Amino acid sequence: MSGHTDIHAYLAEFDDIPGTRVYTAARARQGYWMNQFAMSLMTAENRERFKADERAYLDAWPLSEEQKQALLNRDYNRCLDLGGNIYFLAKLFSTDGLSFLQAVGTMTGMSPQDYQAMMIAGGRSPEGVRSIREKR
Amino acid sequence: MARITAGVATSHVPAVGAAIDLGKTAEPYWQPVFAGYDWSKQWIAGEKPDVVILVYNDHASAFDMRVIPTFAIGCAERYGICDEGWGPRPVPDVIGHPDLAWHIAQSCILDEFDMTIVNEMQVDHGLTVPMSLLFGQPEAWPVKVVPLAVNVVTYPPPSGNRCWLLGEAIARAVESYPEDLNVQVWGTGGMSHQLQGPRAGLINAAWDNRFLDLMSGPNGDALRAIPHIEYLRETGSEGIEMVMWLIMRGALGRDVRALHRHYHVPASNTAVGHLVLEPVR
Repeated sequence: MSGHTDIHAYLAEFDDIPGTRVYTAARARQGYWMNQFAMSLMTAENRERFKADERAYLDAWPLSEEQKQALLNRDYNRCLDLGGNIYFLAKLFSTDGLSFLQAVGTMTGMSPQDYQAMMIAGGRSPEGVRSIREKR
Repeated sequence: MARITAGVATSHVPAVGAAIDLGKTAEPYWQPVFAGYDWSKQWIAGEKPDVVILVYNDHASAFDMRVIPTFAIGCAERYGICDEGWGPRPVPDVIGHPDLAWHIAQSCILDEFDMTIVNEMQVDHGLTVPMSLLFGQPEAWPVKVVPLAVNVVTYPPPSGNRCWLLGEAIARAVESYPEDLNVQVWGTGGMSHQLQGPRAGLINAAWDNRFLDLMSGPNGDALRAIPHIEYLRETGSEGIEMVMWLIMRGALGRDVRALHRHYHVPASNTAVGHLVLEPVR
Protein backbone atom coordinates (compact mmCIF):
# COMPACT_ATOMS: atom_id res chain seq x y z
CA MET A 1 0.00 0.00 0.00
CA SER A 2 2.42 2.60 1.13
CA GLY A 3 5.90 2.34 -0.28
CA HIS A 4 7.27 2.75 -3.76
CA THR A 5 5.15 2.15 -6.86
CA ASP A 6 6.97 1.59 -10.16
CA ILE A 7 5.58 4.32 -12.42
CA HIS A 8 6.41 2.37 -15.60
CA ALA A 9 4.51 -0.71 -14.49
CA TYR A 10 1.68 1.51 -13.21
CA LEU A 11 1.28 3.28 -16.56
CA ALA A 12 1.75 0.15 -18.70
CA GLU A 13 -1.42 -1.41 -17.31
CA PHE A 14 -3.55 1.45 -18.64
CA ASP A 15 -2.95 0.34 -22.23
CA ASP A 16 -4.53 -3.04 -21.43
CA ILE A 17 -8.04 -1.61 -20.87
CA PRO A 18 -10.22 -1.93 -23.98
CA GLY A 19 -11.81 1.21 -25.43
CA THR A 20 -10.34 3.53 -22.82
CA ARG A 21 -7.82 6.39 -22.87
CA VAL A 22 -6.57 7.08 -19.38
CA TYR A 23 -5.64 10.75 -19.00
CA THR A 24 -1.94 10.34 -18.32
CA ALA A 25 0.77 13.00 -18.21
CA ALA A 26 1.66 12.17 -21.82
CA ARG A 27 -1.92 12.88 -22.93
CA ALA A 28 -2.14 15.94 -20.72
CA ARG A 29 0.95 17.40 -22.37
CA GLN A 30 -0.19 16.56 -25.89
CA GLY A 31 -3.64 18.01 -25.31
CA TYR A 32 -2.71 21.01 -23.21
CA TRP A 33 -4.00 23.68 -25.59
CA MET A 34 -6.96 21.61 -26.74
CA ASN A 35 -8.12 21.44 -23.16
CA GLN A 36 -7.34 25.08 -22.45
CA PHE A 37 -9.29 26.07 -25.57
CA ALA A 38 -12.25 24.12 -24.17
CA MET A 39 -11.95 25.98 -20.85
CA SER A 40 -12.36 29.26 -22.72
CA LEU A 41 -15.95 28.24 -23.52
CA MET A 42 -16.95 28.74 -19.90
CA THR A 43 -18.21 32.25 -20.62
CA ALA A 44 -21.32 33.07 -22.65
CA GLU A 45 -19.37 35.71 -24.56
CA ASN A 46 -16.73 33.24 -25.76
CA ARG A 47 -19.36 30.66 -26.63
CA GLU A 48 -21.03 33.22 -28.90
CA ARG A 49 -17.73 34.15 -30.53
CA PHE A 50 -16.91 30.47 -31.08
CA LYS A 51 -20.32 29.69 -32.59
CA ALA A 52 -20.10 32.69 -34.89
CA ASP A 53 -16.88 31.40 -36.53
CA GLU A 54 -15.51 28.16 -35.10
CA ARG A 55 -12.54 27.96 -37.44
CA ALA A 56 -11.38 31.52 -36.70
CA TYR A 57 -11.77 30.94 -32.97
CA LEU A 58 -9.71 27.74 -33.12
CA ASP A 59 -7.04 29.42 -35.27
CA ALA A 60 -6.32 31.76 -32.36
CA TRP A 61 -5.10 28.77 -30.30
CA PRO A 62 -1.78 26.89 -30.76
CA LEU A 63 -3.50 23.66 -31.88
CA SER A 64 -2.36 21.17 -34.51
CA GLU A 65 -4.46 20.96 -37.67
CA GLU A 66 -5.48 17.43 -36.59
CA GLN A 67 -6.72 18.77 -33.28
CA LYS A 68 -8.67 21.56 -34.95
CA GLN A 69 -10.31 19.10 -37.36
CA ALA A 70 -11.22 16.71 -34.57
CA LEU A 71 -12.83 19.57 -32.64
CA LEU A 72 -14.67 20.92 -35.68
CA ASN A 73 -15.93 17.41 -36.48
CA ARG A 74 -16.93 16.80 -32.83
CA ASP A 75 -15.03 13.52 -33.18
CA TYR A 76 -14.59 12.95 -29.47
CA ASN A 77 -12.66 9.68 -29.73
CA ARG A 78 -10.18 11.45 -31.99
CA CYS A 79 -10.03 14.36 -29.54
CA LEU A 80 -9.16 11.89 -26.76
CA ASP A 81 -6.44 10.38 -28.95
CA LEU A 82 -4.98 13.85 -29.45
CA GLY A 83 -4.82 14.60 -25.73
CA GLY A 84 -8.30 15.88 -24.96
CA ASN A 85 -9.94 15.12 -21.65
CA ILE A 86 -13.66 14.54 -21.39
CA TYR A 87 -14.25 17.03 -18.56
CA PHE A 88 -12.60 19.75 -20.64
CA LEU A 89 -14.32 18.64 -23.86
CA ALA A 90 -17.60 18.83 -21.94
CA LYS A 91 -17.39 22.61 -22.35
CA LEU A 92 -17.55 22.08 -26.13
CA PHE A 93 -20.51 19.70 -26.17
CA SER A 94 -22.30 21.85 -23.61
CA THR A 95 -21.83 24.79 -25.99
CA ASP A 96 -23.56 22.60 -28.59
CA GLY A 97 -26.41 22.00 -26.15
CA LEU A 98 -25.62 18.30 -25.73
CA SER A 99 -25.86 16.48 -22.42
CA PHE A 100 -23.16 14.10 -21.16
CA LEU A 101 -25.46 11.23 -22.12
CA GLN A 102 -25.82 12.44 -25.70
CA ALA A 103 -22.15 13.35 -26.18
CA VAL A 104 -20.68 10.30 -24.49
CA GLY A 105 -22.87 8.01 -26.57
CA THR A 106 -21.27 9.33 -29.78
CA MET A 107 -17.99 7.63 -28.80
CA THR A 108 -19.50 4.15 -28.65
CA GLY A 109 -20.61 3.68 -32.25
CA MET A 110 -24.18 3.20 -31.02
CA SER A 111 -27.19 5.30 -31.98
CA PRO A 112 -28.36 7.75 -29.26
CA GLN A 113 -31.49 5.62 -28.83
CA ASP A 114 -29.55 2.36 -28.46
CA TYR A 115 -27.06 3.91 -26.05
CA GLN A 116 -29.83 5.37 -23.89
CA ALA A 117 -31.64 2.00 -23.94
CA MET A 118 -28.44 0.21 -22.88
CA MET A 119 -28.04 2.56 -19.91
CA ILE A 120 -31.66 2.13 -18.83
CA ALA A 121 -31.19 -1.64 -19.04
CA GLY A 122 -28.30 -1.44 -16.57
CA GLY A 123 -25.38 -0.17 -18.64
CA ARG A 124 -22.51 -1.91 -20.41
CA SER A 125 -21.41 -5.10 -18.71
CA PRO A 126 -17.75 -5.24 -17.63
CA GLU A 127 -17.59 -8.84 -18.91
CA GLY A 128 -14.95 -9.08 -21.62
CA VAL A 129 -13.88 -5.43 -21.44
CA ARG A 130 -11.69 -5.47 -18.34
CA SER A 131 -8.44 -6.56 -19.97
CA ILE A 132 -7.24 -7.00 -23.55
CA ARG A 133 -4.39 -9.31 -22.51
CA GLU A 134 -6.42 -11.55 -20.27
CA LYS A 135 -9.55 -11.51 -22.46
CA ARG A 136 -11.85 -11.07 -19.47
CA MET B 1 -14.82 20.75 20.79
CA ALA B 2 -15.82 20.15 17.22
CA ARG B 3 -16.91 16.59 16.47
CA ILE B 4 -17.53 14.49 13.37
CA THR B 5 -21.01 13.08 13.78
CA ALA B 6 -21.68 11.43 10.43
CA GLY B 7 -20.42 10.65 6.97
CA VAL B 8 -22.36 10.85 3.72
CA ALA B 9 -21.37 9.31 0.41
CA THR B 10 -23.14 10.22 -2.79
CA SER B 11 -22.66 10.35 -6.53
CA HIS B 12 -22.63 13.87 -8.00
CA VAL B 13 -23.92 13.33 -11.54
CA PRO B 14 -24.45 16.70 -13.32
CA ALA B 15 -27.71 15.53 -14.91
CA VAL B 16 -29.10 14.98 -11.40
CA GLY B 17 -28.52 18.68 -10.74
CA ALA B 18 -30.18 19.57 -14.03
CA ALA B 19 -33.18 17.38 -13.18
CA ILE B 20 -33.60 19.24 -9.88
CA ASP B 21 -33.12 22.66 -11.49
CA LEU B 22 -35.62 21.89 -14.27
CA GLY B 23 -38.25 20.38 -11.96
CA LYS B 24 -38.03 16.86 -13.42
CA THR B 25 -37.49 14.87 -10.23
CA ALA B 26 -40.95 13.27 -10.34
CA GLU B 27 -40.54 12.00 -13.91
CA PRO B 28 -40.48 8.21 -14.18
CA TYR B 29 -36.81 8.18 -15.26
CA TRP B 30 -35.70 10.29 -12.29
CA GLN B 31 -38.14 9.32 -9.54
CA PRO B 32 -36.20 6.19 -8.42
CA VAL B 33 -32.96 8.19 -8.25
CA PHE B 34 -34.42 10.83 -5.95
CA ALA B 35 -36.57 8.46 -3.88
CA GLY B 36 -33.36 7.13 -2.38
CA TYR B 37 -32.61 10.55 -0.90
CA ASP B 38 -35.98 11.14 0.82
CA TRP B 39 -34.81 9.45 4.03
CA SER B 40 -31.55 11.40 4.01
CA LYS B 41 -33.26 14.78 3.60
CA GLN B 42 -35.44 14.05 6.65
CA TRP B 43 -32.44 12.79 8.58
CA ILE B 44 -30.23 15.80 7.88
CA ALA B 45 -33.04 18.23 8.73
CA GLY B 46 -32.96 16.69 12.21
CA GLU B 47 -29.19 16.49 12.47
CA LYS B 48 -28.62 20.16 11.64
CA PRO B 49 -24.86 19.96 11.02
CA ASP B 50 -22.98 23.24 11.39
CA VAL B 51 -20.34 22.40 8.82
CA VAL B 52 -19.88 19.88 6.03
CA ILE B 53 -16.35 19.02 4.92
CA LEU B 54 -17.29 18.25 1.34
CA VAL B 55 -14.83 16.07 -0.58
CA TYR B 56 -15.35 16.35 -4.31
CA ASN B 57 -13.45 16.75 -7.52
CA ASP B 58 -13.35 19.82 -9.67
CA HIS B 59 -14.27 18.90 -13.27
CA ALA B 60 -12.04 21.36 -15.13
CA SER B 61 -13.91 24.29 -13.58
CA ALA B 62 -11.92 26.14 -10.90
CA PHE B 63 -8.74 24.30 -11.89
CA ASP B 64 -7.71 23.89 -15.51
CA MET B 65 -4.44 22.45 -16.84
CA ARG B 66 -2.40 25.35 -15.45
CA VAL B 67 -2.54 24.17 -11.84
CA ILE B 68 -3.40 20.63 -10.70
CA PRO B 69 -3.48 20.35 -6.90
CA THR B 70 -3.82 16.82 -5.52
CA PHE B 71 -5.60 17.98 -2.35
CA ALA B 72 -6.96 21.55 -2.30
CA ILE B 73 -8.82 22.91 0.72
CA GLY B 74 -11.10 25.91 0.34
CA CYS B 75 -10.47 28.54 3.03
CA ALA B 76 -12.68 31.28 1.58
CA GLU B 77 -15.68 33.08 3.10
CA ARG B 78 -17.87 32.11 0.13
CA TYR B 79 -17.78 30.31 -3.19
CA GLY B 80 -19.62 31.32 -6.33
CA ILE B 81 -21.22 28.82 -8.71
CA CYS B 82 -19.29 28.29 -11.92
CA ASP B 83 -20.54 28.27 -15.50
CA GLU B 84 -19.64 24.81 -16.81
CA GLY B 85 -20.75 25.59 -20.33
CA TRP B 86 -24.53 25.89 -19.95
CA GLY B 87 -24.66 28.77 -17.44
CA PRO B 88 -24.25 28.53 -13.65
CA ARG B 89 -26.69 26.28 -11.76
CA PRO B 90 -29.43 28.40 -10.11
CA VAL B 91 -28.36 27.56 -6.57
CA PRO B 92 -27.19 29.82 -3.74
CA ASP B 93 -23.54 30.66 -3.22
CA VAL B 94 -21.79 28.24 -0.90
CA ILE B 95 -20.76 29.76 2.43
CA GLY B 96 -17.40 28.67 3.78
CA HIS B 97 -15.99 28.31 7.28
CA PRO B 98 -12.55 29.92 6.97
CA ASP B 99 -11.60 29.44 10.64
CA LEU B 100 -12.19 25.70 10.59
CA ALA B 101 -10.76 25.35 7.08
CA TRP B 102 -7.51 27.10 7.99
CA HIS B 103 -7.33 25.06 11.17
CA ILE B 104 -7.66 21.82 9.17
CA ALA B 105 -5.14 23.02 6.59
CA GLN B 106 -2.56 23.87 9.25
CA SER B 107 -3.16 20.70 11.21
CA CYS B 108 -2.95 18.47 8.12
CA ILE B 109 0.26 20.14 6.91
CA LEU B 110 1.89 19.53 10.30
CA ASP B 111 0.59 15.95 9.97
CA GLU B 112 2.62 15.73 6.73
CA PHE B 113 -0.24 16.22 4.24
CA ASP B 114 0.90 18.97 1.88
CA MET B 115 -2.43 20.70 1.29
CA THR B 116 -3.01 23.40 -1.31
CA ILE B 117 -4.82 26.34 0.29
CA VAL B 118 -7.40 28.05 -1.93
CA ASN B 119 -8.77 31.47 -1.01
CA GLU B 120 -10.75 32.22 -4.14
CA MET B 121 -12.58 29.73 -6.30
CA GLN B 122 -15.91 28.82 -7.80
CA VAL B 123 -17.47 25.41 -7.26
CA ASP B 124 -19.03 23.10 -9.84
CA HIS B 125 -21.57 20.27 -9.92
CA GLY B 126 -19.20 18.03 -7.96
CA LEU B 127 -19.97 20.11 -4.88
CA THR B 128 -23.40 21.57 -5.61
CA VAL B 129 -25.23 18.40 -6.70
CA PRO B 130 -24.67 16.65 -3.34
CA MET B 131 -25.89 19.85 -1.60
CA SER B 132 -29.07 19.83 -3.68
CA LEU B 133 -29.64 16.12 -3.06
CA LEU B 134 -29.48 16.53 0.72
CA PHE B 135 -30.95 20.04 1.16
CA GLY B 136 -33.27 20.48 -1.81
CA GLN B 137 -33.76 24.00 -3.17
CA PRO B 138 -33.45 26.46 -0.25
CA GLU B 139 -32.95 30.23 -0.59
CA ALA B 140 -29.67 29.83 1.29
CA TRP B 141 -27.81 26.62 2.20
CA PRO B 142 -28.47 25.68 5.84
CA VAL B 143 -24.84 24.68 6.47
CA LYS B 144 -21.34 26.02 6.04
CA VAL B 145 -18.99 24.10 3.80
CA VAL B 146 -15.28 23.37 3.74
CA PRO B 147 -14.64 22.29 0.15
CA LEU B 148 -11.90 19.70 -0.30
CA ALA B 149 -11.11 19.24 -3.98
CA VAL B 150 -9.19 16.11 -4.98
CA ASN B 151 -7.53 15.60 -8.35
CA VAL B 152 -9.02 12.47 -9.92
CA VAL B 153 -8.77 13.75 -13.50
CA THR B 154 -5.05 13.87 -14.38
CA TYR B 155 -3.13 10.68 -13.54
CA PRO B 156 -2.04 9.71 -11.06
CA PRO B 157 -4.72 10.65 -8.54
CA PRO B 158 -3.87 10.00 -4.89
CA SER B 159 -3.96 6.36 -3.81
CA GLY B 160 -6.89 5.01 -1.84
CA ASN B 161 -4.57 4.53 1.09
CA ARG B 162 -3.47 8.15 0.97
CA CYS B 163 -7.09 9.29 0.86
CA TRP B 164 -7.94 7.17 3.89
CA LEU B 165 -4.98 8.55 5.83
CA LEU B 166 -5.98 12.11 4.92
CA GLY B 167 -9.42 11.35 6.34
CA GLU B 168 -7.79 10.27 9.58
CA ALA B 169 -5.75 13.48 9.66
CA ILE B 170 -8.89 15.56 9.05
CA ALA B 171 -10.58 13.79 11.96
CA ARG B 172 -7.65 14.68 14.25
CA ALA B 173 -7.84 18.28 13.04
CA VAL B 174 -11.58 18.56 13.69
CA GLU B 175 -11.23 17.01 17.15
CA SER B 176 -8.67 19.67 18.08
CA TYR B 177 -10.83 22.62 16.96
CA PRO B 178 -11.95 24.42 20.11
CA GLU B 179 -15.42 25.56 19.05
CA ASP B 180 -18.37 23.23 19.61
CA LEU B 181 -19.35 22.30 16.06
CA ASN B 182 -21.39 19.46 14.59
CA VAL B 183 -19.32 18.47 11.56
CA GLN B 184 -20.12 15.97 8.81
CA VAL B 185 -17.73 14.68 6.19
CA TRP B 186 -19.10 13.90 2.75
CA GLY B 187 -17.36 11.85 0.08
CA THR B 188 -18.78 12.34 -3.40
CA GLY B 189 -18.47 11.02 -6.94
CA GLY B 190 -18.80 7.52 -8.38
CA MET B 191 -20.09 4.94 -8.58
CA SER B 192 -19.21 2.93 -11.68
CA HIS B 193 -19.22 5.03 -14.85
CA GLN B 194 -17.14 5.65 -17.92
CA LEU B 195 -17.67 8.86 -19.88
CA GLN B 196 -15.21 8.29 -22.71
CA GLY B 197 -14.23 6.02 -25.56
CA PRO B 198 -15.91 2.94 -27.02
CA ARG B 199 -16.24 1.36 -23.55
CA ALA B 200 -18.38 4.29 -22.33
CA GLY B 201 -21.50 3.34 -20.43
CA LEU B 202 -19.81 0.66 -18.33
CA ILE B 203 -21.67 -0.16 -15.12
CA ASN B 204 -20.64 -2.80 -12.59
CA ALA B 205 -23.43 -3.19 -10.05
CA ALA B 206 -21.84 -6.24 -8.39
CA TRP B 207 -18.57 -4.39 -7.74
CA ASP B 208 -20.36 -1.23 -6.61
CA ASN B 209 -22.44 -3.16 -4.09
CA ARG B 210 -19.39 -4.94 -2.70
CA PHE B 211 -17.82 -1.49 -2.25
CA LEU B 212 -20.94 -0.26 -0.43
CA ASP B 213 -20.72 -3.35 1.82
CA LEU B 214 -17.05 -2.67 2.61
CA MET B 215 -17.74 1.01 3.28
CA SER B 216 -20.41 0.03 5.80
CA GLY B 217 -18.13 -2.01 8.07
CA PRO B 218 -14.67 -2.24 9.67
CA ASN B 219 -12.93 -2.98 6.38
CA GLY B 220 -10.33 -0.24 6.12
CA ASP B 221 -7.53 -2.56 5.06
CA ALA B 222 -9.54 -3.97 2.14
CA LEU B 223 -10.73 -0.54 0.97
CA ARG B 224 -7.30 1.07 1.23
CA ALA B 225 -5.69 -1.72 -0.80
CA ILE B 226 -7.86 -1.26 -3.93
CA PRO B 227 -5.41 -0.10 -6.63
CA HIS B 228 -6.28 2.47 -9.30
CA ILE B 229 -6.18 -0.19 -12.00
CA GLU B 230 -8.98 -2.10 -10.28
CA TYR B 231 -11.25 0.96 -10.27
CA LEU B 232 -10.40 1.54 -13.94
CA ARG B 233 -11.00 -2.03 -15.12
CA GLU B 234 -14.02 -2.82 -12.94
CA THR B 235 -15.86 0.49 -12.60
CA GLY B 236 -14.93 2.48 -15.71
CA SER B 237 -12.49 5.33 -16.12
CA GLU B 238 -14.55 7.74 -14.01
CA GLY B 239 -15.20 5.19 -11.25
CA ILE B 240 -11.83 6.31 -9.85
CA GLU B 241 -13.83 9.09 -8.13
CA MET B 242 -14.62 6.54 -5.44
CA VAL B 243 -11.18 7.08 -3.86
CA MET B 244 -12.75 10.29 -2.54
CA TRP B 245 -15.24 8.26 -0.51
CA LEU B 246 -12.26 6.86 1.38
CA ILE B 247 -11.39 10.30 2.77
CA MET B 248 -14.84 10.43 4.36
CA ARG B 249 -14.61 6.81 5.51
CA GLY B 250 -11.14 7.31 7.00
CA ALA B 251 -12.43 10.30 8.95
CA LEU B 252 -15.13 8.18 10.64
CA GLY B 253 -12.77 5.68 12.29
CA ARG B 254 -12.75 1.90 12.24
CA ASP B 255 -16.35 1.13 13.13
CA VAL B 256 -19.45 2.63 11.58
CA ARG B 257 -23.14 1.99 11.50
CA ALA B 258 -24.89 2.32 8.13
CA LEU B 259 -28.08 4.32 8.65
CA HIS B 260 -29.14 4.42 5.01
CA ARG B 261 -28.12 2.91 1.67
CA HIS B 262 -29.31 3.58 -1.86
CA TYR B 263 -28.20 2.28 -5.25
CA HIS B 264 -29.76 2.92 -8.63
CA VAL B 265 -28.81 2.53 -12.30
CA PRO B 266 -28.80 4.77 -14.28
CA ALA B 267 -28.61 8.50 -13.91
CA SER B 268 -27.37 9.62 -17.29
CA ASN B 269 -24.21 7.47 -17.81
CA THR B 270 -23.72 6.66 -14.16
CA ALA B 271 -24.58 4.30 -11.31
CA VAL B 272 -25.85 6.32 -8.36
CA GLY B 273 -24.72 5.21 -4.91
CA HIS B 274 -25.47 6.81 -1.56
CA LEU B 275 -24.65 5.96 2.04
CA VAL B 276 -25.29 7.64 5.38
CA LEU B 277 -22.86 6.40 8.02
CA GLU B 278 -22.30 7.27 11.64
CA PRO B 279 -19.14 6.55 13.59
CA VAL B 280 -19.34 3.98 16.41
CA ARG B 281 -16.93 4.82 19.16
